[in-house]
Amino acid sequence: MIAEAGLAALWLAAALAGLQLLFGIMGVSSGRAELLAAVRPVAVVQAVLTALAFAILIYLFVTVDLSVALVVANDASTKPLLYKFAGTWGNHEGSMLMWVTILAVAGGGVALFERRLNERTLIATLAAQAAIGLGFYAFLLFASNPFARIDPAPAEGQGLNPLLQDPGLAFHPPTLYLGYVGLSVAFSFAVGALITRDVGAAFAKAMRPWVLGAWILLTLGITAGSYWAYYELGWGGWWFWDPVENASLMPWLAATALLHSVTVLATREGLRAWTVMLAVVAFSMSMVGTFLVRSGILTSVHAFAVDPKRGSFILALLAIYIGGALALFGLRVGTVREGSRFDAVSREGALVINNLLLSAILGIVLVGTLYPLMAEAVTGEKLSVGPPYFNTAAGPLALVLVAVMMAGPVMRWRRDDLKAVLTRMAIPLLVAAIVLLLVVLLAPGIGILPLLGLVAAGGVGLGSLAPLWKRNLRRTPLFTWGMVIAHLGIAVSMGGMAAESAFTKETLVAAQMGESHRVGPYTIRLDDVQPVAGPNFTAVEASITAQRGSNAPFTLHPQTRTFPSPPAETNEAAITTVLDGQLYVVVGKSDEAGRWQLRLWWKPFVTLIWAGGALVALGGLLSLIGRVRREMRHAPAERYA
Amino acid sequence: MRKLLIWLPLAMFLAFMVVFAGGLISPESKTIPSKLIGKPMPQFALPAGIAGKPGLSSTELANGQPHLVNIFASWCIPCIQEAPQLAQLAQAGVPIYGIAIRDRPEDLGRFLARNGDPYRAIGGDANSSVQIALGSSGVPETFIVDGKGIIRRQHIGAINPEDVPGLMSALAAAK
Repeated sequence: MIAEAGLAALWLAAALAGLQLLFGIMGVSSGRAELLAAVRPVAVVQAVLTALAFAILIYLFVTVDLSVALVVANDASTKPLLYKFAGTWGNHEGSMLMWVTILAVAGGGVALFERRLNERTLIATLAAQAAIGLGFYAFLLFASNPFARIDPAPAEGQGLNPLLQDPGLAFHPPTLYLGYVGLSVAFSFAVGALITRDVGAAFAKAMRPWVLGAWILLTLGITAGSYWAYYELGWGGWWFWDPVENASLMPWLAATALLHSVTVLATREGLRAWTVMLAVVAFSMSMVGTFLVRSGILTSVHAFAVDPKRGSFILALLAIYIGGALALFGLRVGTVREGSRFDAVSREGALVINNLLLSAILGIVLVGTLYPLMAEAVTGEKLSVGPPYFNTAAGPLALVLVAVMMAGPVMRWRRDDLKAVLTRMAIPLLVAAIVLLLVVLLAPGIGILPLLGLVAAGGVGLGSLAPLWKRNLRRTPLFTWGMVIAHLGIAVSMGGMAAESAFTKETLVAAQMGESHRVGPYTIRLDDVQPVAGPNFTAVEASITAQRGSNAPFTLHPQTRTFPSPPAETNEAAITTVLDGQLYVVVGKSDEAGRWQLRLWWKPFVTLIWAGGALVALGGLLSLIGRVRREMRHAPAERYA
Repeated sequence: MRKLLIWLPLAMFLAFMVVFAGGLISPESKTIPSKLIGKPMPQFALPAGIAGKPGLSSTELANGQPHLVNIFASWCIPCIQEAPQLAQLAQAGVPIYGIAIRDRPEDLGRFLARNGDPYRAIGGDANSSVQIALGSSGVPETFIVDGKGIIRRQHIGAINPEDVPGLMSALAAAK
C-alpha cells in the first residue's frame, strides 16, 4: 500500500506540474489575474507531493520492503542503517526521484519567496520550471518507476554497490544534485525573462542567490567528490578527468562564469544577452552531465549502467529543453536592449575576460569528454582522452584566469587606469616574484606548470586580500568578505595542486614481513597481515609501522575489502595527515614468496587542495548571507514603493 | 554577424545531439576491451582449481589448435546462465579451458555438479592475478585463443544462445 501511495503522490505531482505550465502559459499570454494567481499555490502543492513521494521511498528503503523491485536490487537487511538510507539515491530510479524532488521543491521555494520580480516574469519562470519538471516526471513514471513491485518478494535484497558504501558518498550525490537543480532555477529565470523580454537588474538580482546557492553546493560536491575518489579508489590521485568528474566540473565552470556576469548585470546593467546565455548553458551542462552518466555511452568508474531506452528518453528531454531554450534565445535576445557601456580597462572588462577564459576552459573539458564518443562515431575506434590533454590545454588558461583574478577585484567599475591598477597590485606582484625566485633556487626542474602554479598561488593569495586594504574591516560588506575568501580559497587550492604535482614521492614495493622501506621523510615497516571481518565484508588488513625521522612511530592499517553481494573489492587506504602533507598507504596482493605489494605515497601539502575548496564554498556562503540580508533590508521599501 | 553569433549556440548544440544519438545507437560501448587482443596470452601457471582435473599454464594454451579460455567462478550468477552454451560448445568439440576466480575446491565441485563441466582443465586463480593480467574486468568472460597462444577475441559477460554461432565462426577463423 505504501509504495502505491508514493506512486500516487508522484502522479498527482506530475498532474499539478502540467496544470502549473498550462495556467502559466495562459496567464502570461492573456494577463488574466485569476490564472496568474493560481500558479504560485499549485507550485507549492506540487513540491509537497513530490517530497512526500521521496519520503515514502526513503521509508521503503529504511524498512527494507522487499516487495519493491528497487529495494530488492539496492538494499539488504544486513546493511548499516546509513546505507539503507543512502541507498535510496544510490541507484538510477531513486536518484532521478531525488532530482525531481529537488526540482519541485526549488520551484515551490521560488513561488513562496520571490517578491522582487514583476509578476508576469515570475509566472513565466514558474511555468518554465514546471515544463522541466514535467519531462522528468514522465521519465520517472514511464521509464524508471521507483515504486514498481516484484512478485514473489525474495527473502533478501542484493545490497548496494560496495564502492558506494561510504559516508562521504552517501551525502555526495544530494549535494551535487542540489547544485545541478539550483541551476535549473536560473535556467527558468532566464527563460521567463526571455519570454517577457524583461532582462534587467531585477532579473539578475532575483537569479543571483539561486546561482550562488547552486554554485556553493557544486563547489562542495566537487571538493568532496575529489577527496572521496582520492581516499576510496586507492589510486593516490585527486582528479582523474573522468567523464563523471567532468560532468560535475562543467556546470561549475559555467556557474562560476554566470556568477560573475550576473553581478555585472545586477550592478551595472551590462552583459544582458551573455548572462541569459550562461544561465541556459549552466543548466544545460547539468543535464548533459546527467545524460552522460545515465546513458552508459561513456565508460567511467562511477557511471550507472543504464539501458539505451532511458538514454534516449534523457536525450529527448535534452533536445526539448536545451534546444528550446537556445531557440528562444535566438528569437528573443535580439529584442533585449543592449546594456550599459564600459571601458576595456574596468571591473566589467576584467569580468568579461574571466567569463571568456572560463568558457574556453569549459569548451576544452566538454570537447575532451565527448571526443572519445565523436572519434568512435567517425573512426569506429575506442580511445580515451586522459590527463595529458586536459592538463596541457586547460592548465595554462587556468593560470591566466588566476592572474586576471588578481587584477579584477582591485579595478573600478566602468572605467579605470591601467597604471593605477598595476600600482594597486604592486605588493602581490612582488610576492609572486619572490616565490618564483625561491622555487627556482630551492627546487629547480619541477616543471613549468607546477612552478607557475606556486607563483600564482603566492601572488593571488595576497592579491585576493587587496580589496580589504585600507578599508574599515568592520564596515566591509559581508559579500566583499565572501569574494575575498573565495578568491583566497582558489589560491590555496592552486598551491596544493602545484605542490602535490611538483613534490609527491611514490614508492611501489613488494615487502617482506619486517622489511623497511622509505617514502619521502617516512620509514615504513610491514609488521603483519591479518584477515578481518566487517559488517558485510571480509578484508585483509596490514599493520604497518611508520616513523618520520626520530619522531614517535605510529601504526597504519590499510585494508583490501571483499564484498560478497554484489561481489566487489575495494581498497581502504591508510592516510595520515600532518601539517605539511599526507602519507598514503595502500596494501595490494601477496605473491608466492609471501611478499605483499605496498604502494606508498608522500604528498606534500595535498590537503590544501580540499581546504581551498572548502574556503571557496565558505566565501560563497558569506556572499549569499550578505546578499540575502541586504535584500531583506531593502526589499520591503521596494515592494511598497 | 551578430545574427549568426546568436544562433551559433543552437547550431553547436544540434551537432552535439547528433553525436549523442550516434553514441546511443552503437550500444556495445559499455565495456572496455582488453588491450591484449592480437597479443599472446600473458605468462602464468595456475594450480588445479579442483581435485582430479589438471591446472592451467600459458604454455599449454599454445597447443596448436584454437580454443576458449573461460573465466568463471562458482559465486557468479551469470556463469550459471552461460553454462548451457558452454556445454553446447564442448559437445561440438571445442576445447574449453577454465580459470576459476577466487574459488574454493568444494564450492567449485558443487557448481560443476549442478551446472555441468565443459572444461578440459581448470586453473584456480585464488587472487585474481591472471584475471588482472588478462585485462578482464569481471566474470564471466571468455577469450578465443588461437593455436599459437595469441588472443583473438574477447567476449565480455555471459555467452547467450545467440552468441554461439559467432564464437564458432571466430574459432574456425582462428585456425
